[in-house]
Amino acid sequence: MGGNPRKMLSAGSLRASIRGDGLIMENEITFKDELAPGVKLIKVRAPLIAKKARSGQFVILRASEDGERIPLTLIDWDPKEGTITLVFREVGASTKELGRLEVGDAIHDLVGPLGRPGEVAFYGRACVIGGGVAIAAAYERAKSLKEAGNSLTAIIGARTAGQLIFKDQLRKVVDRLYTTTDDGSEGVKGSPSDLLRSLLESGERFDLVFAVGPEALMKSVSEATRPYNIKTIVSLNSLMVDGTGMCGCCRVTVGGRTMFTCVDGPEFDAHLVDFDELMARLRMYEEEERLALKVVGRRCRG
Amino acid sequence: MQRLDVRLRQVRMPELPVEERLRTFDEVALGYSEEQALAEAARCLQCARPLCVEMCPLHVDIPGFIKLIRLGDYVEAAEKVLQKNCMPAVCGRVCPQEALCAFGCKNTIGDPVNIGALERFVADYELEAEAVIPESAPSTGRSVAVVGSGPAGLSVAAELVKMGHHVVVFEALHEPGGVLTYGIPEFRLPKRVVRREIDLIKKLGVEVKTNVIVGRTLTIDDLFDQGFNAVFIGTGAGLPKLLGIPGENLCGVYTLNEFLLRVNLMKAGLFPYKSKTPIKVQGRVAILGARGMDAARAALRLGAEEVCMFYQRKVVGRVDDIRRGIEEGVRLQPLTRPLRLIGDERRWVKLVELIKLKPGAPVKMGKQKLIPEQGSEFLYSAETVVVATGHTPNTIAAANTMRNIKIAERSKTIIVNQETLEAADGIFAGGDVVSGAASVIKAIEAGKRAARSINAYITKR
Repeated sequence: MGGNPRKMLSAGSLRASIRGDGLIMENEITFKDELAPGVKLIKVRAPLIAKKARSGQFVILRASEDGERIPLTLIDWDPKEGTITLVFREVGASTKELGRLEVGDAIHDLVGPLGRPGEVAFYGRACVIGGGVAIAAAYERAKSLKEAGNSLTAIIGARTAGQLIFKDQLRKVVDRLYTTTDDGSEGVKGSPSDLLRSLLESGERFDLVFAVGPEALMKSVSEATRPYNIKTIVSLNSLMVDGTGMCGCCRVTVGGRTMFTCVDGPEFDAHLVDFDELMARLRMYEEEERLALKVVGRRCRG
Repeated sequence: MQRLDVRLRQVRMPELPVEERLRTFDEVALGYSEEQALAEAARCLQCARPLCVEMCPLHVDIPGFIKLIRLGDYVEAAEKVLQKNCMPAVCGRVCPQEALCAFGCKNTIGDPVNIGALERFVADYELEAEAVIPESAPSTGRSVAVVGSGPAGLSVAAELVKMGHHVVVFEALHEPGGVLTYGIPEFRLPKRVVRREIDLIKKLGVEVKTNVIVGRTLTIDDLFDQGFNAVFIGTGAGLPKLLGIPGENLCGVYTLNEFLLRVNLMKAGLFPYKSKTPIKVQGRVAILGARGMDAARAALRLGAEEVCMFYQRKVVGRVDDIRRGIEEGVRLQPLTRPLRLIGDERRWVKLVELIKLKPGAPVKMGKQKLIPEQGSEFLYSAETVVVATGHTPNTIAAANTMRNIKIAERSKTIIVNQETLEAADGIFAGGDVVSGAASVIKAIEAGKRAARSINAYITKR
């Protein structure tokens, strides 16, 4: 209201950035990079989220007015600059739509930070495992765990050498870095969980294993550490709608109890997670995803 | 003025034919025409001591606005309603009038006056004409943050801004309106009606910020640091309740909230062209719980072959909407309780196992217990299941604050002073987050009451 004598510092004035032309832009993309074919990194102006973000939290965004609400893990945040960094792979209609936004464009809706912050503490010897696009999230956790004084091993895996993102950055943070690829084009041929298993078999011990990536990977990491009783944390990426505990779309059974990934997670004790249920629920809309992709594809060509 | 009409029956509200309803999400009740409104208005006895006004939680001057309809002063009639109710087009559609104003109607020899339909008529007339120009009061220099843009939040905001305070409403979702937007389907409450009513409140000077979760993006402490003099929490009862039976996490099983969020907020009915959010409705649909009528009717529109509601005692909803649901083909199975959900090898739900209930021994006080009938277990095959047992309050706003907001152990409601609705120093709360899941109009009433105490609180300092 114009008549207000007190200059209010409302959320709007904090969230908005003033562009050169004087227009107010919320959620503006300030930087964009392609890390690997189909894998994109964006920096987004979101001062409130940048100020509150903690390791392991995520945001929910909609790229356009008719877009889906999709959750993405926070990879980096800069409270001073007022930006957050997100990394995503263009797999479905919604991520493709997001990938088409360029620097200067605004994300239609962006909300966060969501989820409980991850447990970052001194454990001693920690191992961080990331698969595919989630290597980005593994890198973020590696940085936090390093700051907490842990001695760090990282195992990252992807389909092929070109998809091994954040390799150089990780090398600077961790004490030892292992890479694996499905096709053997770089590092050990196989999956990070195979490599972890052989490390454990050769007598290596960790006080904490943190894994993030495809559910199959997190499940096999969990199975690898279970016999050794190693504390193992996974970051789940269940399907979500609101992300604030309203819908229960993201429910998952942990230790026999139903939990909501969005508010009780996204990080859980891997040895308690019912991965088979999680994987089934993630496949719920496979048909619809294919259909949406077709529609988007048609629109692009048209 | 027109002659009093002695007709016993209400003027019937025109409705979409059943076949047409199931092909669209368009509003079913079409509203009175001018002639129909005049005919219905003529049935009001204009009581000297109107019980309808007493029964209305907002005490809208019902005989007063009906009299103005008879005079043909529809805009003035709308203004009369707006004096007490900031959302008449919404309330005219979703209020359970049969239990409130119309229940108090003294036209006892015939049907009660269809007050809701008349309220809707004047509100729609006014919104169409955009005739009411909101007055703004001189600024007091005080400001209030409202958390949640549902009925309670919008009501407190509208009242406070009229008193000259600066009001910012924070909404967690990407659209304002709370339950009006995500909970009530288009065929009962068109979103354009909600939007226009919110626009009117915005025109009063209320600022609405979407995509801000108080408790996460900003804490209540941040709001006070930013200079707000008081905070109102109206975050509703939007958290789902689960049944706690085996198989509840199978694929194809939705909570009522997820189902309605996908349909109403995300427009899943338009997938894949005008919405990117899918919903799976196929074959037979089982709705488990008495609160699922909206979901049941939506499922029929999304192509379900059959929809059956299983519940214990009584379907929750307005009489008209339950009737319409039954007309559309929703089947009702009272006196049943689900025992478990059974899935296939792909973990998709296939069967619901239920048991029949019978009334237990009569009791002097309270509800007669329902007890399972031994050996009456039966199976219902369903490919989509909606769990619609109830909701619990959403108190995320009370997270990460140093201020002492007390939350009741069992009901999860915010504990307030019942008179002032104050929860802690400078923090007020009202609506479903305080009462547990109730009604739109009660939330609006709580908002008005909170506005009075907030005004007293911030002006005395």
